[in-house]
Amino acid sequence: MDIKEGTDVSSTPASPLHLAVALDGTGWHPASWREPVARPRDLFTAGYWADQVAEAERGLLDFVTIEDGLGPQSSRFLAPDDRTDQVRGRLDAVLVAARIAPLTRHIGLVPTVVATHTEPFHISKAIATLDYVSTGRAGLRVQVTARPDEAAHFGRRTVERVDAYDSPEARGLVADLFDEAADHVEVVRRLWDSWEDDAEIRDAATGRFVDRDKLHYIDFEGRFFSVKGPSITPRPPQGQPLVTALAHQSVPYRLVARQADVGYVTPHDAGQAGAIVAEIRAEQRAAGRADETVHVFGDLVVLLDDSRAEAEARRDRLDTPAGEPYTSDARIFAGTAVELADLLEELAAPGLTGFRLRPAVTGHDLPRISRDLVPELQRRGRFRDAYEADTLRGLLGLARPANRYAAAVA
Amino acid sequence: MSKPLKQIHLAAHFPGVNNTTVWSDPAAGSHIEFSSFAHFARTAERAKFDFLFLAEGLRLREQGGRIYDLDVVGRPDTFTVLAALAAVTDRLGLTGTINSTFNEPYEVARQFASLDHLSAGRSAWNVVTSWDAFTGENFRRGGFLPQEERYSRAKEFLATATELFDSWRGDEILADQATGTFLGDAKAGAFVHQGQHFDIHGRFNVPRSPQGRPVIFQAGDSDEGREFAAAEADAIFSRYATLKEGQAFYTDVKSRLARYGRRHDQLLILPAATFVLGDTEQEAAELAREVRRRQVSGATALKHLEFVWNRDLSGYDPEGPLPDVDPVVSEEHISRGRAQVRMYRDPLAIAREWRQLAEANKWSIRDLVINTGNRQTFVGTPAHVARTINDFVQADASDGFILVPHLTPSGLDTFADKVVPLLQEQGVFRADYAGTTLRDHLGLAHPDTGAAAERAAS
Repeated sequence: MDIKEGTDVSSTPASPLHLAVALDGTGWHPASWREPVARPRDLFTAGYWADQVAEAERGLLDFVTIEDGLGPQSSRFLAPDDRTDQVRGRLDAVLVAARIAPLTRHIGLVPTVVATHTEPFHISKAIATLDYVSTGRAGLRVQVTARPDEAAHFGRRTVERVDAYDSPEARGLVADLFDEAADHVEVVRRLWDSWEDDAEIRDAATGRFVDRDKLHYIDFEGRFFSVKGPSITPRPPQGQPLVTALAHQSVPYRLVARQADVGYVTPHDAGQAGAIVAEIRAEQRAAGRADETVHVFGDLVVLLDDSRAEAEARRDRLDTPAGEPYTSDARIFAGTAVELADLLEELAAPGLTGFRLRPAVTGHDLPRISRDLVPELQRRGRFRDAYEADTLRGLLGLARPANRYAAAVA
Repeated sequence: MSKPLKQIHLAAHFPGVNNTTVWSDPAAGSHIEFSSFAHFARTAERAKFDFLFLAEGLRLREQGGRIYDLDVVGRPDTFTVLAALAAVTDRLGLTGTINSTFNEPYEVARQFASLDHLSAGRSAWNVVTSWDAFTGENFRRGGFLPQEERYSRAKEFLATATELFDSWRGDEILADQATGTFLGDAKAGAFVHQGQHFDIHGRFNVPRSPQGRPVIFQAGDSDEGREFAAAEADAIFSRYATLKEGQAFYTDVKSRLARYGRRHDQLLILPAATFVLGDTEQEAAELAREVRRRQVSGATALKHLEFVWNRDLSGYDPEGPLPDVDPVVSEEHISRGRAQVRMYRDPLAIAREWRQLAEANKWSIRDLVINTGNRQTFVGTPAHVARTINDFVQADASDGFILVPHLTPSGLDTFADKVVPLLQEQGVFRADYAGTTLRDHLGLAHPDTGAAAERAAS
């Protein structure tokens, strides 16, 4: 595989970092919508999302992710709440990404898709089509759901309520959900390859539009479902759009190692970062993917201001209406762009190749990322000065992969 | 006093995976690249069309056990393309065909509500059903439905989706930064549905969209389909584009509306129509014949004959006489994934009729398929076509047309440039959009204000 200098996963000191931003409503802090810059009334308009992604593209970021879910947001663990003081409701993330695609040129668009209750056939053609409408900038963030209320929205199975992911009764459920997600992604990926790139021949002489020898049944049969194929949508421009996943424990690390191009992890210090990277690399070798590039990005919630005191004061101000300090699976950073650049370099040293930043208040912290953090990283030689590729895979140093079915024939 | 002139509704069907689409034309472009969709949609919007229409098929068609390769094969995902088209158009309605058999109401309702938000009120849903296990092989839910359950599932699917759309009234989002109240109703989106096909409950997570609900289309033609449309749909995508058949269908369907307490103008009848334009009548007629020959190659003619004969006819000469063997009558069909073949309910009778026709006219297999298949609806000069369309609508054979060009993506250009201005001059087609939503274009009331509009109108 051809890997450009500087994107090697071994992360030499000089290697540029990759940066993504995670978009979720008005921001990741639950009180973010109350900030004057937040525009909460615009959340369900295309204009709001177009403006956020334009800001991220201005900062030359690799991609944005867009959160989603098959039920309302909630402050409770795996259950809905009846709160009225936080943002509730959202638009389908794939459609938001598609709506933005024609308005942007370089930035990758990575919506969340839920594997648990959805059809891999539909997801595969939706992301392939996102790749067409963005001319090669699509990806997905695969997510599972253990929420019993979301299962009840579909009514096709019941999910037992668990109190914590690491409780003994949750272990089997979580393992099953991730196994199902791995099969889901496998089907999505096979369907992307089910058309060879040159399957459409338009041969006027024989009257044949396609060479059907270059269309392939995927014949997937797994524990959870079977899918015949081929896709109704031809192979997308990138061949394989980007597959990403957030992972907190060994089971999801395995999903990243088996199926993903980018994994998001949540180390709170460099020691944890090194341990997680080592575990994912070991799983990657076990999955026979040692020679493939799998990026491991650190997730951080960020509050950026001109001084640390200002950022911390803002955090306190946001926590006050919430009535409790905001906590997160990811480390929460409050400080200046220079301090954040220091932290990113420190966390990257043991092997992270990039970061997915979660702005606490999108309207405030996203421009701080694109206008303060990015120039600081550029000064340090750790971030691009211009977009260097036309596709999302290209930005991440990933080659356009060969088609698994074409290879099998050759 | 003469009857006031009806306003014509026009829509554009993106050329699809049937032999209507002439992919072999040197001017034919990609049917997958977004640039084709953008060109087509912008042309429709330039012409002030009501909406763009996308069909759907969830498995590549097969014939004789192999993927059918003579027509355009493949298409993008409907929702994703429509959402992207919302970015390159401002007023054009966006209609997607979405299957009620291989989807779940919660997901489809989320997607249509999202599309309606992202297009500021321009979404429409053509509700279709599937019956075949062939398509089901692509889905985890697998299987299929007994044919008699198709409409009961479709009806319940639509009713359930409507409950989801209506689970938000539209006034819940306060987003009051001063008081810290985002939602005015803690139970916004709550729903419970218990039925034969769906037993679901919980909270819908997309707030009410600009149109309240997407505009609903129906395309089935059976008695059940017509009844479903009369009860539930805002518009019908029909296939009756001759004056007599059109009038009969129009009268039949509109007469069913009263049973559901609905008025004549609450259901639009929009047949699919093809067209060929020329500078003279003769030029148009010649061009139409040429297009038909391109649509029906010798190989295509044999495959179409197989739809009726239900057996391998590859050994026959398409320029020769019809087969002397009879059709195979069987539940197993040589063609899979094609709704059309179900129309041939008595293949032996059709074969007899076609043999007589071919003999009387001295037609080869290819001639027969060209002449019995879908001929163009409108052929002539722009003036002739404009007049014919208007006559058709004023005679209550339809409320307008969904035009299906034979070329991707430029097939609508000449119609937009030459026919639309004539309709506008006659005062029967809008010179510009009067409203912003698809409901506005179609003259349909918003579901929340329907009662008020009715009072105002009476």
